[in-house]
Amino acid sequence: MAEHEKKDVDAHTGVETTGHEWDGIKELNNPLPRWWVWVFYATVAWSVVYMIFMPAIPGLPGIGGEYTPGLRDHSERANVREALADLQDSRGPMFERLEQAAAEGGITAIEADPDLLGFAMAAGESAFGDNCATCHGAGGQGAIGYPNLNDDIWLWGGTFDEIRHTLQVGIRTDHPETRYSQMPAYGRENLLTNEEIEAVTDHVMALGGLIEPTEAGRTTGAEVFELQCSACHGVDGRGDQSIGAPNLTDRYWLYGSAREQVRNSVWRGPFGVMPNWGERLDDATITALAAYVYLLGGGQPDEFAEAALMDRGTGGAAGE
Amino acid sequence: MNLIDRRPKAAPGVTEIDATPVNDAEVRELYKKREPIYPKLVKGPFRRFKWIFMAVALGLYYVLPFVRWDRGPNAPDQAVLVDFANARFYFFFIEIWPQEVYYITGLLILAALGLFLVTALFGRVWCGYACPQTVWTDLFIAVERFFEGDRNKRIMLDRAPWSFDKARKKIAKHAVWLVIAAATGGAWILYFHDAFDLLSDFFTGQAPLTAYLFFAMLTFTTYTLAGTMREQVCTYMCPWPRIQAAMTDREALNVTYRVDRGEPRGPHKKGESWEGRGDCIDCKACVAACPMGIDIRNGPQLECIGCALCIDACNDIMDKVGRPRGLIAYDTDDNIDRRLKGEAPRYRFVRVRTLYYAISFAIVAGVMLFGLMTRSTLELNVTRDRNPNFVVLSDGSVRNGYTLKVLNKAGEPREFALRLEGDPAFEVRVLGTPQASMMLPVDADETRDFRLFLTLPPEAIDRASEDITFVVEHPGTGETARAPAVFRTPLER
Ligand code: SF4
Ligand code: SF4
Repeated sequence: MAEHEKKDVDAHTGVETTGHEWDGIKELNNPLPRWWVWVFYATVAWSVVYMIFMPAIPGLPGIGGEYTPGLRDHSERANVREALADLQDSRGPMFERLEQAAAEGGITAIEADPDLLGFAMAAGESAFGDNCATCHGAGGQGAIGYPNLNDDIWLWGGTFDEIRHTLQVGIRTDHPETRYSQMPAYGRENLLTNEEIEAVTDHVMALGGLIEPTEAGRTTGAEVFELQCSACHGVDGRGDQSIGAPNLTDRYWLYGSAREQVRNSVWRGPFGVMPNWGERLDDATITALAAYVYLLGGGQPDEFAEAALMDRGTGGAAGE
Repeated sequence: MNLIDRRPKAAPGVTEIDATPVNDAEVRELYKKREPIYPKLVKGPFRRFKWIFMAVALGLYYVLPFVRWDRGPNAPDQAVLVDFANARFYFFFIEIWPQEVYYITGLLILAALGLFLVTALFGRVWCGYACPQTVWTDLFIAVERFFEGDRNKRIMLDRAPWSFDKARKKIAKHAVWLVIAAATGGAWILYFHDAFDLLSDFFTGQAPLTAYLFFAMLTFTTYTLAGTMREQVCTYMCPWPRIQAAMTDREALNVTYRVDRGEPRGPHKKGESWEGRGDCIDCKACVAACPMGIDIRNGPQLECIGCALCIDACNDIMDKVGRPRGLIAYDTDDNIDRRLKGEAPRYRFVRVRTLYYAISFAIVAGVMLFGLMTRSTLELNVTRDRNPNFVVLSDGSVRNGYTLKVLNKAGEPREFALRLEGDPAFEVRVLGTPQASMMLPVDADETRDFRLFLTLPPEAIDRASEDITFVVEHPGTGETARAPAVFRTPLER
């Protein structure tokens, strides 16, 4: 103890040491640098000012709220809400222009206006990434059971209005106007014998050019097809977009083109579902989404748009 | 009070000044609190040149943002403008886009090589005359001198107890410093916005927050660096004094005390012979004049910024004692040695080192000039969709999607003709343009994205991928830009 009480002064500098020693090295008891001390005082002063003006002390009794709100009544939550509202406001005019163009000239009018086209593509792309990419893939390329949106093959129609409608009502949802079709589960519900299922599988695969026609397919298969399938898929198997019946003669097979996959579709009757986005997204976002999907490359012009296209050939933009 | 006048005379009519080289490496510890330096005003050709240079440099700095340059209706008309919002840099006839920052790199290389060259030729003339730290410090010292008087008066004022008069002088000095500092920060921000607009917005409180922020920052740094830190910036903060050692050599001109002529030094009485002694009368006028607080007679040292004020100071003394000027002068280390050995001095400006710097400078400048002259006002970038890689359509044809970025760097809106080199069987469709047209309109000074689809019919598909080249051409000027790309088909697996 005694050593600790007597002041130990470093001979070289004449500065008192703290009395601590490590391996012969002693720590000088220099005062803190003045700038450091002033910064420290400044932070203390600042903390008092901060407490007065900003939300600070939680859990005090009798202050009504959960914390002292401070004179400035600052709230990050309110700021975020405000920022979001501002964002909506700033995008509002563009969305209005988009809706108006869509209503007056359809996709043609959107395409004709570079600003609008850029906006629709950007807004559509971000909405697509948030909502659709999970099933349809980041580029809309689809997967087995989830349609490829890039090609020109559409179950429910590929015009701008049809795409938008599909987005609004969804497929097999509880929306009253939802897109709805049902293919019977021929195998699971014992509507056809195994032999008949094999035969009709042969038949549709031949229709789509996947295999050479087989004997069973040409006879039993064709017969079954005419009785059971042609009502929806058409006698020639070309499908019907108004009832969502796929075209069986094109190159695209939503549930796969391997024999096992095609047979499986007949056996269980596929029943894909897409949410009705109308209840989650606002109309303008859905319009942007429809434009984006249409412009992925597979969108099909309808009559209205086609007429407008003629106009544009001579320089006039549709909707003007 | 007359503690200075009682000192022994260095020579008749010349007062020895009580000046210590406080910043000399010899007397300075590794870290020491700054000791104030009170540079004495000198008169002479170098001082005059410095005033003129200061006036020109500051004049340029303050006037340049207001100079206009007509670039047509779609571009800003400010001659020198860094337009961050639109990612453009304008310098008179030069306009630089973000992807052309290599011009800025080139400019920096030129500046470095130029600095090397002049350093190899004339020593630290950059530090002495052109460096902003020097220019503003010099200005601040002039203000100080205006309010507080020259060296002796300033020393006495600082030693005197606080009085109303002292306070008045100090406050006035700092007020003027602050005004200059604010004007410095204020002019800086003018280079980043339209100067006239910003000036009015600034005073009505409508300028962007960043403008005020940078204004405050530069005001603060100018005030502290030029007002209170001065030579410490050059000695401790600036890397250049260290680097320059590699740039100069024994044959570079530097502010030099000619030891061969000056030593041995000592006071000199009128009528006394100059035989057997040097020309330096040890009056310390050179030390008192030095804004860096050093004694040039101790030889070349990194603290010296080469401002040549000691040359002016000593020449004045030499005139008074009737010795030739140039005891301190721009000279080379080599010449000192030569004279000591009895050889004639020589000045060689064309040396391997200077040639090397000059040639490198010329090459870089030439390349940049060539680049600027042949700079295209049209550019094309193509990215192919990767997700999906390709799309098979119902009839078996294959489609690839591409995004074309067309940069129109001209000052007017232009239309470019698109064509494809490679397989002619493609069906081309460009979103946002009339179906049959292959004309891509782009606004003035803009980049526009076009989405484009190429479709190949099934019978034409025979390879995993086709090499194609997109070409855009401006029909008016024949300017073209090309971008290679590929077209992928399902045959790739
Ligand atoms: S070098 Fe010149 S100015 Fe400096 S002390 Fe000697 S005579 Fe005086
Ligand atoms: S020694 Fe002379 S040249 Fe060097 S900084 Fe001092 S006055 Fe300027």
